[in-house]
Amino acid sequence: MTALEIWTYSIVGLTFATYIGIAVWSRAKSTSDFYVAGGGVNPVANGMATAADWMSAASFISMAGMIAFNGYGGSVFLMGWTGGYVLLALLLAPYLRKFGKFTVPEFIGDRYYSQTARVVAVVCLILASVTYVIGQMTGIGVAFGRFLGVSYEMGILAGMGIVAIYAIMGGMKGITYTQIAQYVVLIFAYTIPAIFISLNLTGNPLPQLGLGGEYMRDGVSSGMTLLAKLDQVVTDLGFKEYTTQVMGSSLNMFVYTLSLMIGTAGLPHVIIRFFTVPKVRDARFSAGWALVFIAILYTTAPAVGAMARLNLIDTIQIGPIGSEQGNLVYDDRPDWFKRWEATGLLKWEDKNDDGRIQYYNDQNPEFAAKAEEWGWRGNEMVTVNNDIIVLANPEIAGLPDWVIALVVAGGLAAALSTAAGLLLAISSAISHDLLKGVFMPHISEKRELLAGRLAMIAAILLAGYLGINPPGFAAGTVAIAFGLAASSLFPALMMGIFAKRMNSAGAVAGMIAGLVVTLLYVFQHKGILFIQGTSFLAPDLGMGANWFFGITPEAFGAIGAGVNFLVAIAVFKFAAPPPEHIQHLVEDVRIPRGSGAATGH
Amino acid sequence: MTPEKRADYWSANLLLLMVLLIIWFVVSFGFGILLVEPLNAFHLGGYPLGFWFAQQGSIYVFVALIFIYAAAMNKLDIKFDVGEE
Repeated sequence: MTALEIWTYSIVGLTFATYIGIAVWSRAKSTSDFYVAGGGVNPVANGMATAADWMSAASFISMAGMIAFNGYGGSVFLMGWTGGYVLLALLLAPYLRKFGKFTVPEFIGDRYYSQTARVVAVVCLILASVTYVIGQMTGIGVAFGRFLGVSYEMGILAGMGIVAIYAIMGGMKGITYTQIAQYVVLIFAYTIPAIFISLNLTGNPLPQLGLGGEYMRDGVSSGMTLLAKLDQVVTDLGFKEYTTQVMGSSLNMFVYTLSLMIGTAGLPHVIIRFFTVPKVRDARFSAGWALVFIAILYTTAPAVGAMARLNLIDTIQIGPIGSEQGNLVYDDRPDWFKRWEATGLLKWEDKNDDGRIQYYNDQNPEFAAKAEEWGWRGNEMVTVNNDIIVLANPEIAGLPDWVIALVVAGGLAAALSTAAGLLLAISSAISHDLLKGVFMPHISEKRELLAGRLAMIAAILLAGYLGINPPGFAAGTVAIAFGLAASSLFPALMMGIFAKRMNSAGAVAGMIAGLVVTLLYVFQHKGILFIQGTSFLAPDLGMGANWFFGITPEAFGAIGAGVNFLVAIAVFKFAAPPPEHIQHLVEDVRIPRGSGAATGH
Repeated sequence: MTPEKRADYWSANLLLLMVLLIIWFVVSFGFGILLVEPLNAFHLGGYPLGFWFAQQGSIYVFVALIFIYAAAMNKLDIKFDVGEE
């Protein structure tokens, strides 16, 4: 066993032992414990748990890479996945906390006095959460597979086992306290390599300041800012300028950011975290704390992305561009390069048979003539996976083995904490909304708790199965999960609070319209349920790729939300206003006084 | 509590929301996307200003907005006597 493997097993083992210890200590004794952690969670603690719940394998492993290769265009993820918390804190969380029930579909069902509304909400919740949880499972499998020398399937089984222990025994209570521990692990794992890399490139230990600092590798002043240096290096190789590169178009970035924001605010596994605090005022502050803890990672990520991109290019382009000696000889590549080639995340092809690596943008027609002149025959780095930016970061920066091991534990913590939150949202929708809400209204509390645990087991088995055999739509976390949360759930929740006279017919029609329009646009591009060959773009009818004002399917949720609002308002006018007691319920939700702990009835 | 007082509390809340959401929109969609090019002519340290808003500044403002909201709502709750005991 290598030193790195020993470190990795020790640190991952230690974190797992902590999670199991917490599970034993925090067993659920009632449905209130199981669904809302007993309702007595401190708002700062809940903020921390929410941050871990929210920051997924994608936030931890993939986001810095998406920023690294999209430059300014990657801002949609930074603004979208944080700005949603403003909407959640101002428009939803305090009111839903005041309502004081266990699940999101329960609010929709009660507010719109309709089982149909509740069932539509359950369907959206399950579709969004299941798609989302597959990404966490594959993240766990990949992290285990690459670092712990076990197979992908074994990795997923181990992940399932660990989640099962604390989620089945403790429900929301166990999940809350493990999420707090997982936040601590993941934030150290993310920031420590970032501090080192920032020190190394800019002399400033704070990545947030280093990104705006002077480029001074190993303390040697360059007279240029880091971002100016990066802009120069990437444009010299024919790539787009880092600080101005847009994603699609400005309009697409606008709509994409809005979709991610609305989707974030409407995701049930995040909303239910706010049901665990004692009071309405706690829910307001707790959302602020959640965003503080999230912002620590989200303001670090752009520095990691930019600096790792610079490091990656500097590793390959070791001298003047165009001179033969400027490019790294393949046989001289560093060890980390070899290790990541073995995983397939990096791949090199010697297109001009010179034994050296040419990494440049071969899609840029203006650059092609120069490349031709130098004898370059195409970009030879045929694969540079986004995930490499975070995963290989400590090795590229030459950090010790324990830091690499910590990154593995951090990635696992991010994936496990989000998976657990999603699994709870799924199982409570089944046991509380479907079983107790629709099929067995008179079920005793004890039996409902048992049903909750059985639903959790079923959800874990399903997530594990789909992680091992990922269906096509697993690739659609952003398009499907955020798309549905934005287009279907968010408008229904918001109108439920802010439009007192919105009626059942309007809300149900709006939810279904938003859902259908969004799924149609996504499936039209990506195939029905992402099955290859079933996409139905029709360029002849003016429906080519991104036909709706150049908006990509990932960014479509906000359009779906707009459709939802419009349809709801149109249908609302033709149906009777909600009964008196529902209007009173809305009045009551708007005022903090009289809030109790969340209850199931 | 009288219906008038209830309505006053709600409109004070809506006014607060409107102000905060305008700021939310301006720093992200405004400074970070629509006005990013003109703002990039200015610099904040080594950051082009528009780029800074898109990748750093908007996030800091979001955090501040939520705490301002929470504190202001607490005051409103006391003023209209609708808070929790």
